[in-house]
Amino acid sequence: MAAAEALPAEERVGQVVLPGDVLLLPAHPEADGERLWLGPGAALPGRLLCGPGLRSCGAGLLVTKCGLLRHRQPGGAGGGSGGAYWVDSQQKRYVPVKGDHVIGIVTIKAGDIFKLDVGGSEQASLSYLAFEGATKRNRPNVQVGDLIYGQFIVANKDMEPEMVCIDSSGRANGMGVIGHEGLLFKVSLGLIRKLLAPNCEIIQELGQLYPFEIVFGMNGRIWVKAKTIQQTLIVANILEACEHMTAEQRTQALAKLSER
Amino acid sequence: MGRGRAPRFPCLGGGRVLPRSSLPAGDTSVLAGLYGPAEVKVSKEMYDKATVEVLLRPKVGLPGVFEKNREQLIRKTCEAVLLGALHPRTSITIVLQVVSDAGSLLACCLNAACMGLMDAGLPMKSLFCGVTCALDATGAIGLDPTAKQEKEARAVLTFAISSVERQVLLSTTKGPCSVEEEQLGLWGGQARYRRRVRQETGGGRVPWRQGEGNPWGMGVPS
Repeated sequence: MAAAEALPAEERVGQVVLPGDVLLLPAHPEADGERLWLGPGAALPGRLLCGPGLRSCGAGLLVTKCGLLRHRQPGGAGGGSGGAYWVDSQQKRYVPVKGDHVIGIVTIKAGDIFKLDVGGSEQASLSYLAFEGATKRNRPNVQVGDLIYGQFIVANKDMEPEMVCIDSSGRANGMGVIGHEGLLFKVSLGLIRKLLAPNCEIIQELGQLYPFEIVFGMNGRIWVKAKTIQQTLIVANILEACEHMTAEQRTQALAKLSER
Repeated sequence: MGRGRAPRFPCLGGGRVLPRSSLPAGDTSVLAGLYGPAEVKVSKEMYDKATVEVLLRPKVGLPGVFEKNREQLIRKTCEAVLLGALHPRTSITIVLQVVSDAGSLLACCLNAACMGLMDAGLPMKSLFCGVTCALDATGAIGLDPTAKQEKEARAVLTFAISSVERQVLLSTTKGPCSVEEEQLGLWGGQARYRRRVRQETGGGRVPWRQGEGNPWGMGVPS
């Protein structure tokens, strides 16, 4: 590896990139030249979205994390230009991102606000009115130590993260206090993204084994509840282990369990 | 010269320490643990960037002034490559434990710190690598000296070299040497850098767990 050579981004898709690598972008034919939109949200056709692990620099994109470079074509009338680039990297520490659904643990109940530990550098705040059907008289029943599934409405590096348990139309949509039983455990962030991908085989195979309820938090936390404690522990162990298992090993492990 | 120097392996940000391979006798090895971005005490927090803290623990005994000096050198190097502005008011702690010392300790600590930062997924501008040069009485330069060679050398120079155009991030000298000798040592170090990075990253391939799915737009339960 010589001094970082700048290569076109398309050539490096699917390869390992290291911090300091510069990726060149094709010149865009628009009148305002090459512009990069940083952040979540749909990219306008013709605009390139610069995702996690990448920063824009003068020549193109600067890689800031190690991982595999990925690319997604823009949906609809995007044509050749546009789409999104990001780096699939592995980490265990969560950094709050707006719009992410996470599982938080209530640590402080102070007047109108709950403080939640979401695994980041700061605790998130949650107002008591941010629950479905909550009014000043009808307060939600939340105690210290409860698990809450919610999403971030404010999450940036300069401000304290804020969560809510309702969506934009005021409905809970699955968010709110998670029941008192079940088991909460932590896995790496990459595994969560893998499990949340559509048509994930791991969840489908586990579902055929035992019926269970499961909640995934993008902060690496998973809550599982099955009919008995033993089944809950089995599901939790399989999920923790499947980060390091190949598909065949997983099928073997599940076959052994379903024999019992 | 030319011995396999194995920087020890790092932890994942969040607190696990994971030594990945066993240790051949006689080599220098340092275990690195990385925690961050995590909460920081109000007295230490910086409003515009992350607070980087390095703790270097010797193999035996309590850490002293020598370790404090090394900690500051490693801290300045890591601060130079980390994009601390992305995580203001947080702390990033690097804990280095010396497992065995057979010479070139500072370079090994720098390598371990870099591997730790990479493994934890912290945003960086570039990678860096540590190289030690020893100048003996005749002026000959040897790279990666053993402890014995370091003691007999007239001067020992340590450099941290960045992956972006092999810029020098850190240069520290123990013992007298002229400017020309220091330059020669630096060029030797930069040449060794190429080989070192190839060794550490397995020829450009980082051992990786491949995850599928992308971070946004997909899989968020509704």
